[in-house]
Amino acid sequence: MSRRLLSGDEAIARGAWEAGCHVAAAYPGTPSTEILEALATYDDVYCEWSVNEKVAMEVALGASISGARALATMKHVGLNVAADPFFSAAYIGANGGLVVVTADDPGLHSSQNEQDNRWYGMAAKVPVLCPSDSQEAKDLTRLAFDISEQFDIPVLLRITTRIAHSSTVVECQDRVARPVKGYEKNPKKTIILPAFARLRHVDLEGRIDRLLEYSEKTEWNRVERGSGKLGIICDGVAYQYAREVFPDASYLKLGMVHPFPAELVRRFAAEVDELVAIEEVDPFIEMQVKALGLGIAGKDKLPRWYELSPRVVRESLTDSAEPVEKEAGLPNRPPGLCPGCPHTGLFFALQKQDVIIGGDIGCYTLGALPPHSSMDTCIDMGASITFAHGSDKALGLTDKRRRVAVIGDSTFFHSGMTGLVNTAYNRSDVVTIIADNRTTGMTGHQQHPGTGTTLMGEKTIEVDPAAIARACGIDKVVEVDPYRVMETRKKLRAVLKEPGPAVVISRRPCALLVRLRNEPRKVDREKCIGCKTCIRLGCPAISMDDGKSSIAETVCVGCGMCVDVCPKDAIS
Amino acid sequence: MNVLICGVGGQGVLLFSELLSGTALAAGLDVKKSEVHGMAQRGGSVNTHVRFGAKVYSPLIEEGTADLVVAFEKLETARYLHFLSPKGKLLYDAYRHEPLPVQLGMVERSADEDLDSRIAGRAENRVLVPAFETARKLGNPRVQNVVMLGAASRLLEFPAEVYREQIRDKVKAKFVDLNLEAFERGAGLVQA
Repeated sequence: MSRRLLSGDEAIARGAWEAGCHVAAAYPGTPSTEILEALATYDDVYCEWSVNEKVAMEVALGASISGARALATMKHVGLNVAADPFFSAAYIGANGGLVVVTADDPGLHSSQNEQDNRWYGMAAKVPVLCPSDSQEAKDLTRLAFDISEQFDIPVLLRITTRIAHSSTVVECQDRVARPVKGYEKNPKKTIILPAFARLRHVDLEGRIDRLLEYSEKTEWNRVERGSGKLGIICDGVAYQYAREVFPDASYLKLGMVHPFPAELVRRFAAEVDELVAIEEVDPFIEMQVKALGLGIAGKDKLPRWYELSPRVVRESLTDSAEPVEKEAGLPNRPPGLCPGCPHTGLFFALQKQDVIIGGDIGCYTLGALPPHSSMDTCIDMGASITFAHGSDKALGLTDKRRRVAVIGDSTFFHSGMTGLVNTAYNRSDVVTIIADNRTTGMTGHQQHPGTGTTLMGEKTIEVDPAAIARACGIDKVVEVDPYRVMETRKKLRAVLKEPGPAVVISRRPCALLVRLRNEPRKVDREKCIGCKTCIRLGCPAISMDDGKSSIAETVCVGCGMCVDVCPKDAIS
Repeated sequence: MNVLICGVGGQGVLLFSELLSGTALAAGLDVKKSEVHGMAQRGGSVNTHVRFGAKVYSPLIEEGTADLVVAFEKLETARYLHFLSPKGKLLYDAYRHEPLPVQLGMVERSADEDLDSRIAGRAENRVLVPAFETARKLGNPRVQNVVMLGAASRLLEFPAEVYREQIRDKVKAKFVDLNLEAFERGAGLVQA
């Protein structure tokens, strides 16, 4: 055994490895990405970046049906993408253990919503485990594989950003290797035709009933008796915050929140004078306690949005919180595009174009912010193209603004391709711009079908978005280099003028992937007229100094986009 | 012990936190370290929470209870002052990196005097550490974080050798000597 400091994500990877997991699939998404990155560093587990979460779920289910222990990991909204096979998996069940990790993001650190995926367990009739630190994340991952095989059901392991990205001490153990069980044909289980699925539903209800008995007895749903009269029911990281604020209370700490251990809750309620549910986002525990006819405080006092913290728990539930004021009136520091980011050139080229732009999910969503402000929508993965198509059908010729989609390369493979096929098939005039930076940028440079390598470092085919566009019957496919900003703008304008669907591929590797080693650029203060054209790039290295442009040498990577846009040749 | 570390994305806040939490782990303590990755990191304001002791529950430090705040940039120093406990210590660098809205001229730059008075008003126990300048003189501004770690080590209980072990373990081989030098320089900037 060794004692290590692991993030929740790393601990889940460790737990899967120790549990003898054979196959793992994921699509990158904060805060879940590091699970597969960590797991890929271990031997004996096949790991892949699947094209999207639905694919990852199906790959894991396929491996499970074939008798392997299988893992699928994703961020919370990824489970929406994967919901279809997830629900089917509950009916089909698991041959080899099947564990699905959902990494929720209360506080929206890096997401479009803060949905609470504990509900998915209830809706799909799948058990839900919620760890409170990295040790529990590892242990519950191992347990999840066992439960999955014991009860013939997928298991949902639900973490949040604070579990995923907090590092805590973990006692590591060795891998328990096991062979892949192998596959035996069983059509009444694995083919969910209505006639078979009817039976599988009844069977599933029986499985979830047996899991309820398990949930009532497991040591993971445990009472910690305190000296006080307050009883707290909680799960996940909320347990840690509650512990800080109420050291004397009694706790019912739920490691398995679904099926909900009603009898255990009743017994706990009888031991204390007052009950409170401390949980993040939705009143998942609280509602189920209330359904038992028990009185419990919770979201009447605690917020239903953003993360909890010791401070939030103290302010919401006690009178003893002394006020702590943040410093007011300081400039915010929002995230921005990096120095040398190729999206900078693309968005500069899009400025001042009278178009409607559907945006998508990735670093380039930052193009929605000043100085670019080049985006009308950001909805979900792949929705840039389909939004633009819907808008095109709605507005037709009544609105002269061209409908444009901006989508990253990884997002294009994730779910942009289907939208592009739809656009071609149903004939709209959308101009789709693929911001191809040769990687999955936002989540930290994961491989994808266009990169030519896999998660496990193997060489593979390089899927070409231009060839996909042509295969859709879109003849106008234009490639641009966003570092050549003015040329990109000229080519874009030409495309926007002509009717008919078009695809523009803006190709240049992410500045953090292929690091430039150029000399920092310099402004000739004699030539600079202070027109602020270069400022409109939104480059973090460029600012105004006494009416003239100035470039910070420690920030500049020498990409030269500012040289390209300067109308007075003042930058070299 | 509650240590809050803050700065701007790219300044090495995460490596500082990894080295410090690794040091506390090597010393046999319970440790929790909390940080955020993803969009929050792209040149934005970055903070990490490191807590260690016999037993740690919350990975987050409660506002008003940090024993030590280590700040790599002046505006970020002011932004996180409310985490400092009344008796807590502040180590900060006066280095400035303006946020994009200021660079774009959309928001006014905070004057040095304004930030200084905010800092003085809430951090009685403070030490100015010219970590960026020290790192630059060493030939690489990127080791600002390890200069800061050297400075912080003077206020914490762990022997210097434990930090050095962490640096040898977690920094790329070709940068180890530079970082060890940065650590020594930083330690020299603060009186115990």
